[in-house]
Amino acid sequence: MAKRIDIKDVDIYYGKFHAVEGVTVSVPPKNVTAFIGPSGCGKSTVLRTLNRMHEVIPGARVEGQVLLDGEDIYGTNVDPVQVRRTIGMVFQQPNPFPTMSIRDNVVAGLKLAGTRDKKKLDEVAERALRGANLWTEVKDRLNKPGSGLSGGQQQRLCIARAIAVQPDVLLMDEPCSALDPISTLAIEDLIGQLKQDYTIVIVTHNMQQAARVSDQTAFFNLAGVGQPGRLIECNDTEKIFSNPEEKATEDYISGRFG
Amino acid sequence: MTTTDSLVDRPATSPAFQPISGGRKTKNLFATVLVTLAFLLALVPLGWLLVTVVVNGFEAITTSTWWSHSLKGVMPDEVNGGVYHAIYGSVIQSLICAIIAVPVGIFTAIYLVEYGRGKLAKTVTFMVDILSGVPSIVAALFIFALWITAFGFPKSALAVSFALVLLMLPVVVRSTEEMLRLVPDQLREASYALGVPKWKTIVRVVLPTAMSGMVTGVMLAIARVMGETAPVLVLVGYSRSINFDAFDGNMASLPLLIMNELMNPEAAGQLRVWGAALTLILLVMLFNLVAALVSRFSAVRSK
Ligand SMILES: Nc1ncnc2c1ncn2[C@@H]1O[C@H](COP(=O)(O)OP(=O)(O)OP(=O)(O)O)[C@@H](O)[C@H]1O
Ligand SMILES: [Mg+2]
Repeated sequence: MAKRIDIKDVDIYYGKFHAVEGVTVSVPPKNVTAFIGPSGCGKSTVLRTLNRMHEVIPGARVEGQVLLDGEDIYGTNVDPVQVRRTIGMVFQQPNPFPTMSIRDNVVAGLKLAGTRDKKKLDEVAERALRGANLWTEVKDRLNKPGSGLSGGQQQRLCIARAIAVQPDVLLMDEPCSALDPISTLAIEDLIGQLKQDYTIVIVTHNMQQAARVSDQTAFFNLAGVGQPGRLIECNDTEKIFSNPEEKATEDYISGRFG
Repeated sequence: MTTTDSLVDRPATSPAFQPISGGRKTKNLFATVLVTLAFLLALVPLGWLLVTVVVNGFEAITTSTWWSHSLKGVMPDEVNGGVYHAIYGSVIQSLICAIIAVPVGIFTAIYLVEYGRGKLAKTVTFMVDILSGVPSIVAALFIFALWITAFGFPKSALAVSFALVLLMLPVVVRSTEEMLRLVPDQLREASYALGVPKWKTIVRVVLPTAMSGMVTGVMLAIARVMGETAPVLVLVGYSRSINFDAFDGNMASLPLLIMNELMNPEAAGQLRVWGAALTLILLVMLFNLVAALVSRFSAVRSK
């Protein structure tokens, strides 16, 4: 199930704008990797190249290799749709489908891929909702619209939707930035559980969160305004937070800039 | 000592909130009066028109034969017969027009919003702009020159429908485009991220989200073309009896019937003119009502 990701010397562009330069990181399977760094340094951009969501933006392109268990997802014969089915994503803003009920939101990935079997869909919905710690809260209103939930519930609904298709890797872009501390804690707990089955990459602005949930941390930074962002350091979370190799990392973590 | 106010009595700081100044009150009053007057002024012609049409047309549409008979064999001065042949004509011409214009318009809008990039999209947008500025008489003459003169087909309801398509298409493209642009990109991305292909994302996520607005736009466009007069004057002959064949022969429609009865000097003609006008308004209202119902039915529910 869970697979490893190797990012090899990746350069990312928005049209002519060189957004990220020369990133090389490895993400082991069943492991949580946190991306931290100041705003605009390209964390979301790198994350979105991992499931080929970057190229959805007109003019955007990627150079370099992203290997999923050794296979380049940017290879010539690779279907981006297939890649996204294998590598799920949770966005910063919860974005349930407004026309669908809670249940249909959760099984949207399967339903849109053509699964009709109602019994199977119900099972998957329950399993995913339990997995996202949302089942008890919504089990009595599965047929109500997903947009009627609270922000934190919506975000967990989106996580349930992402894990319902059973991806090998889960990408999360600041999943807690719009949430209260209790929902945040619920999602952090969830990440701890999900890590037993999935490889997880999470972008966060919250140092404590990175320290709490991740096994390894990658610090990104900008050389200056208009310059491409780059990876400064990637190491075990404990090491990054106690005794980083780079001065910039230490400054950022101790709050001296950014 | 005769001090009127000592330092102790005076508040230490002036209060934070001052009463509204006289100048602002006047300006506010002036603005309120102005917008209310403008509103009433805009309402006057609308109310006047409705009252005139209802008062003059009520008698005709309440006669027993109005909704069920045509004017076949009815004398110009005879208060008898009805307009069901013209209602059929108006409805069938608009429907044929909609059957062509709605899919083409919606697909064009989908192309412009979801796929259109660069030169081709700009050209299409430009063409739609031009089309929306074409007067109905010009559209009618164009179809006449193409369909009837060049291709040699007879005048028919179908030719009318073609001219109406030219008028309806830009409205449908525009309103659909607007609705599709309102769908947040986040929803598209959410769908892509689940491994859903683009076309399926459009069909199953984007269109359902925009559906209610699209339906309203289409219904309003149909209501709009139903009252168009120039195409029926140019492209089809008038008939006092029913003709079910849209591909051949004369066919009445409400605007055409009004034009013909206007030339009838008898009182019965006047009655029919107003009756047909009121019928047209009612028909359009019915369409708007259906539009409202359908759009409410397909609206995105949040609770
Ligand atoms: N759609 C886009 N088009 C053009 N440039 C973009 C686009 N999205 C991001 N960028 C640019 O790419 C750079 C990296 O942006 P990115 O969103 O990856 O930053 P980030 O590290 O996620 O920041 P934050 O922490 O604020 O989310 C920024 O300079 C940004 O302006
Ligand atoms: Mg970001």
